[in-house]
Amino acid sequence: MSDIVATNQTILVVGGGISGMTAALEAAEVGKQVIVIEKTPSVGGRVTKLYKYFPKLCFPTCGLEINQRRMAANKNITVLTMAEVTDLQGEAGNYTATVKISPRYVNSNCTACGACGDAVEAEFDNEHNYNMDKHKGAYLAHDMAMPKRYVLEPGMIGTDDAQKAKDACKFDAIDLDMQEETLELKAGAVIWATGWRPFDAAKIQPYGYDRIDNVITSVEFERLMDPKGPTGGKLVRPSDGKEAKNVAFIQCAGSRDRNYLKHCSRICCMASLKQSTYVSEKFGDDANVSIYYIDIRAIDRFDNFYQKVQDDKNVTFIKSKVANIVENKENGNPTLKGVDTEGYHRYETEHDLVVLAIGMEPSVDKNTFPIEIKVNDEGFIEQDEANGGVFAAGCSSDALDVNRAVQSATASALRAIQVINKVAQAEG
Amino acid sequence: MTDINTGMVEKYRNDFLKEVEANVEEGDWVKMCMQCGVCSGSCPLGSDWDHPPQELFMMIRAGKRDEVLQSTSMWMCTSCYNCIVRCPRELPITHIMHGLAHYATRLGIEPKNQPTRQFAQLFWDNLAKNGRVNELWLGVNLYFMNGFVNGIKVALGMAGIGLGMLKTGRLSLKELVGGHTVKDKKGFQAMIKKAQELEAARIDN
Repeated sequence: MSDIVATNQTILVVGGGISGMTAALEAAEVGKQVIVIEKTPSVGGRVTKLYKYFPKLCFPTCGLEINQRRMAANKNITVLTMAEVTDLQGEAGNYTATVKISPRYVNSNCTACGACGDAVEAEFDNEHNYNMDKHKGAYLAHDMAMPKRYVLEPGMIGTDDAQKAKDACKFDAIDLDMQEETLELKAGAVIWATGWRPFDAAKIQPYGYDRIDNVITSVEFERLMDPKGPTGGKLVRPSDGKEAKNVAFIQCAGSRDRNYLKHCSRICCMASLKQSTYVSEKFGDDANVSIYYIDIRAIDRFDNFYQKVQDDKNVTFIKSKVANIVENKENGNPTLKGVDTEGYHRYETEHDLVVLAIGMEPSVDKNTFPIEIKVNDEGFIEQDEANGGVFAAGCSSDALDVNRAVQSATASALRAIQVINKVAQAEG
Repeated sequence: MTDINTGMVEKYRNDFLKEVEANVEEGDWVKMCMQCGVCSGSCPLGSDWDHPPQELFMMIRAGKRDEVLQSTSMWMCTSCYNCIVRCPRELPITHIMHGLAHYATRLGIEPKNQPTRQFAQLFWDNLAKNGRVNELWLGVNLYFMNGFVNGIKVALGMAGIGLGMLKTGRLSLKELVGGHTVKDKKGFQAMIKKAQELEAARIDN
């Protein structure tokens, strides 16, 4: 790794999701040197886990491919995967970041032929599918993984399986002796793009996410639609594999609730409206979707989409925050209980599957930032002069959809470029 | 209508929300309700309420004064606190329900035959006398709340439990006369009287 050149005119991008990629590309394409630090084995982040985007219902893989090609073609960008920033010292124009790189156990000889994956037997939770299935101990995170290079689970090391993987590789790509490395990188500005994570649904006790098989989160529902997902693209429920035709969506699951997340997560209304079209896509007129909501926040141009879903006679809107869910032990159906606001009717309704439109929280706990940084009550990074040359991009700054995250990333790239330009001027 | 009730109607005219905010315990929280309905759905006795809490809050904002204050709904609250725990805006719903019930009582327009209200009154009268709850008299009064014959029936039905409690010292027949009191009974009664004066002054203003 000694070939990485980092100076105080380098922009360090922390996080290689859609925001980090965008910020890195925008800066690199105007000639700035950029280093992207990505924690997982490949870039792309949560966008790689989406089936479709709203409101156009196009596939995220399309835009992702464009960005990946731009990155591959740009010599100003260096991507470090399986890397984490553990410390950051200095000020705008002069930062030193300590970066920990975890061993991948696979070197650049890898052609992603898959022989190692076929050779090994041990299986591990598949994070890409929100642990709904398993992957082999030697694996490629997903089909569009960049870099397209296999990874060995750390739990494999020292086992016979690891040796099997090594023996199966024709290109001498597996290096079982690879060690953790620590680098110190100079940087003039830092773009913090560590993104979001779904709120822990098990904390919403009355909804029984941890007790009822057929209560899942919106991010998990999204994975069901992927042909390479845990169900091979079938819309079936976890308990018995029955087709989930009667699906309920519960809005504000965790959001706008002082017991959980105080803020509105912004994406969940549109996500559920979008996902209601998945059910129609699979089952046509047999689809029966219920959306339980406090109020639908489909702002400006999204309103057209909302109206389109409202016109779908297979979709019902119930103005009510569901009070609790109990399981019908006989058929595994979750039963939703509550009172609707339009008439105060008490309901007790069974559905095949319940999807919690789960809220968004920052992926980095506000107490564990490696640097002094201004965050708001929800843990999102504020735009504050006290942050010096550290700029938040995308969901580390607020709950945003992809479109707005990309706008935010572009803005942060411009802020970082200004810092670098000042450094360059001073150094003549 | 009682004088005090007429006075309040005069004072607040058509602004019942303002009246609730000024006079009902925790009443200033009412406007924070966002009508999500989680309180009504979480109430274990909810199906027995004429108007669940969420609806009461909307009725207050809609100025439905008589319907709210004469309602039996808030008297159905058992203080299980499920609504408070689940309310996404942390409204102290249980307290507001008791606040409404208490305010209606102050105005003298509460539903007179509502059993919870009757029991609450029995409990208060019992407690306010000696500063201690006289459980024997409270039980007797409760049994005979619905007439003498019914009282005998209930008492006979409960005889086994009563004897058991006597045997284990959980109930004393000495309580029938006088009963135990707080150490400073006069002081206690003076305190209650003062509190009632303060409360009356607050409402009258």
